[in-house]
Amino acid sequence: MSNVFTFSIGKKLVMALMGLFLCAFLVVHLGINLALIFSSTTEAFNKAAHFMGTNPVVKAMEIGLFGGIFLHILYAAILTLKNWIARPVGYKIGNNQQTSFFSKYMVHTAVIVAIFLVLHLFDFYVKAKFQHGFVNDVVYDGKTYHDLGTLVLERFKIGWVVVVYVIALLGLGFHLIHGFQSAFQTMGLNHPVYTPIIKAVGYIYSVAVTLGFIAIPVAVYFFK
Amino acid sequence: MDLTLKIWRQANATAKGKFETYTVKNISPDSSFLEMLDILNQQLIEDNIATPVCFDHDCREGICGMCGLYINGRAHGPDKGVTTCQLHMRKFKDGDTIVIEPWRAKPFPIIKDLVVDRTAFDKIIAAGGYVSVNTGGIPDANAIPISKKDADTAMDAAACIGCGACVASCKNASAMLFVAAKVSQFAHLPQGKVEAKERVKNMVSKMDEVGFGNCTNTGACEAECPKEISILHIAKLNREFFAAKIC
Ligand code: HEM
Ligand code: FES
Repeated sequence: MSNVFTFSIGKKLVMALMGLFLCAFLVVHLGINLALIFSSTTEAFNKAAHFMGTNPVVKAMEIGLFGGIFLHILYAAILTLKNWIARPVGYKIGNNQQTSFFSKYMVHTAVIVAIFLVLHLFDFYVKAKFQHGFVNDVVYDGKTYHDLGTLVLERFKIGWVVVVYVIALLGLGFHLIHGFQSAFQTMGLNHPVYTPIIKAVGYIYSVAVTLGFIAIPVAVYFFK
Repeated sequence: MDLTLKIWRQANATAKGKFETYTVKNISPDSSFLEMLDILNQQLIEDNIATPVCFDHDCREGICGMCGLYINGRAHGPDKGVTTCQLHMRKFKDGDTIVIEPWRAKPFPIIKDLVVDRTAFDKIIAAGGYVSVNTGGIPDANAIPISKKDADTAMDAAACIGCGACVASCKNASAMLFVAAKVSQFAHLPQGKVEAKERVKNMVSKMDEVGFGNCTNTGACEAECPKEISILHIAKLNREFFAAKIC
């Protein structure tokens, strides 16, 4: 184990594992968020958000999540920088046809996702955690909850916010289409039979997660 | 065929290079790409236009790995599964403009014109791309049983001629396909298993050290490899590496 991270392949492994961990997180995140548009009140969402914000297991996972994002970005930055240094003089005519389409834009989509992540955290996470003045309280069955659902609904009534979310989520989708299957190859899992299945699952996953997340601001804007 | 050639000219490793435009006429579609360049050079010398264009080559039959030109944005040009020396002019059309560049990667510095220094690959091989054996009597060929599947996979990997097209075509200038081919070739054979752990660590470490980029699984290398080596071998390299470092 000792100095595995000093090797390029070791860093790639961390990126792949953290990337897949983030992929799993997105499913949970999406599941809870969909409660907002599939239920007429914000109660289900608020209760779920309360659970996610207070449950000790989830809180421990949250530390892992932020650590994962940090490591993923850190190693992505180091490896990408080395890639640029490895070709100081480029070609007059670059190789375009042979490089798989989505892999070309990993850095671009990563930057979109990273900027979005900051905006998104300030939008909801920071308010929910640290700026309770922005959030009203609601009472269900005698227990007090933060009305985060209403906070989200109000935010997604603003046109430009919805547009920013949609663009960023498309960026995320592009990132995942290459990232999901790439992570398996990085982990050494490539097989003539199973790899096409992994690629298909990754594609379906990416499209479903992207459309699922996009549906939320769009549905709130038009129908709530 | 009449062609316009835009060729990278650079007097030496430190000189500033630039593209020069030349024309060649009456090229037979049956001539090879390197023969076309020979005709150009003959013309440059006879007409006193310029010094001949330097390019690497040796066997001219696709087995030595010396040739390697980046032609119209493709390592070894537009044909699939062939080296530059096996590329023929019939793949181009009369009147075409062909842009010819050297391999571009920091660990492959230009020596002159289209010739690059690929000793970085030799350094990786010297770090572990071999099997240590004591010399002695010739062992019986069938004394060590090797399954057909492993023998075939090892043979596919061994097809690598170390030309550097994988590095040249990778957007990250990564040498993973080259290193993978060497590591995988030995890892599939009993003779290679003895030194497997040290080999993969040392070769990957050398690959990083000499300054190649990192694989992001773009697939360009396997598409451009003249020996059509699959990135299945890169996955094998990753597994070998994890087995050596983690397990
Ligand atoms: C929810 C957010 C994210 C998820 C689910 C995710 C997922 C992934 C996955 C699974 C990979 C493939 C790993 C591999 O091939 O080994 C990957 C690659 C990558 N990620 Fe992310 N990522 C996310 C956010 C980010 C962010 C914020 C950045 C940087 C600012 C980033 C930068 C990269 C880069 C540069 C690569 C490698 C590019 C390549 O392989 O061509 N990612 N990501
Ligand atoms: S000159 Fe030997 S492979 Fe092309």
